[in-house]
Amino acid sequence: MDPETRTLPGTAHHAMQSTAELLRQLVSHLRQNRTQLREEWARRITEARLLTAMTKEEVFAEATSVYDNYVEALETGTFEALQAYARGLSERIIPRGVETDEVIGIVLLLRDVLARSLFAKYQNDFALLNRILDAYEPAANRIANTVAVGFVQERERVIREQQEAIRVLSTPVLQVRERLLILPIIGVIDPQRARQLTEQLLRGIRTNRAKVVVIDITGVPVMDANVANHLVQTVEATRLLGATVIITGLSPEIAQTLVTIGVDLGKMNTVGDLQGGIEEAERLLGYRVIPSGETTEHLRT
Amino acid sequence: MEVPILKQGHYLIASIQSALSDNDLVQLRDSLVEQVGRQRSRGVIVDVTALDVMDSFATRTIRDITYMIRLRGAETVIVGIQPDVAFTMVQLGLKLEGVPTALDLEEGIAFLNKSAGPAGKDKNARGK
Repeated sequence: MDPETRTLPGTAHHAMQSTAELLRQLVSHLRQNRTQLREEWARRITEARLLTAMTKEEVFAEATSVYDNYVEALETGTFEALQAYARGLSERIIPRGVETDEVIGIVLLLRDVLARSLFAKYQNDFALLNRILDAYEPAANRIANTVAVGFVQERERVIREQQEAIRVLSTPVLQVRERLLILPIIGVIDPQRARQLTEQLLRGIRTNRAKVVVIDITGVPVMDANVANHLVQTVEATRLLGATVIITGLSPEIAQTLVTIGVDLGKMNTVGDLQGGIEEAERLLGYRVIPSGETTEHLRT
Repeated sequence: MEVPILKQGHYLIASIQSALSDNDLVQLRDSLVEQVGRQRSRGVIVDVTALDVMDSFATRTIRDITYMIRLRGAETVIVGIQPDVAFTMVQLGLKLEGVPTALDLEEGIAFLNKSAGPAGKDKNARGK
């Protein structure tokens, strides 16, 4: 590109200036007009209805630091500081409910605001403007990229953390009676959790020598075909170990869903609520629960 | 490796000790189906505790054994399927449909006592 521009008479003196020099010029321009550009940017953010979760002052404060970091990244050409800043920013604003498109939106807005100011400044020297933009655009793109990636990474980290939290919360396998286990499932079941539940349950059956297992899904809000199939698999695997499964707590909604999507629940033993499930399990195990006053009378039969 | 078949009262117990080839499985099937008549057994227990993998052929053969022995007038129960094996089987869609299963040998005998019973009248008595 350089040799070509050098041959153009009008731009000869510009061609001597290296990209770095142009960037320096650019940065000093951005520093000089910091207040004005920053305000312009904040105004555009409000106009575009971005970052509505934050107050005007907060937006302005964040805009200031983003601006400074932005200019610094342009100046130094290194993105580590910006990356760290983007991560910190994401950490602050994700809990406020700021969305990915908003973050990308504001960075693109800043890019736009700065480009416009460059247009205004160099409008009389088209060749120089071209070269300034040549220097500016790649750096600006990388910055936008860095911030967006930082935000998404932070988001993903939060998601991973929450998944881990759910996993740790996971479900206990409880023995309520000799050979009778209860598995209360609370919350959404994803394939990974379903797998973990099944493995835990199968181990529990083996160690407790369980004969009947009551799986209570009162706390499961939704059930789709996947989860239902996992449930069927769990029941099947349990049977291979010689135990019987009773499912309790199917809500009307889930019952409707299951029938609508046509999951084969024929092999499943379902009882309305946990109490009924335990009673049924006791019956299968040959227990009979009787009030203590009637003990002697019933023992005779 | 040949699977030893032990006679215990009215029951036959086949205890698989190590991984079996397809031929061994077929041999096990043939000798169980043959012996259940010769020994006049009422029940058969196949113990698979030592197996840490069950492929489709093993699953099918075990199901065949159960059905064949049922036709010969006895009841079969598979005991000792490991949790991991059960999970893998279900994931692979290998179902032992119509095949009774029990946790271990003791449970298997308890199951046979109930369903294949030493005597038919026991079953009726329980039904009441």
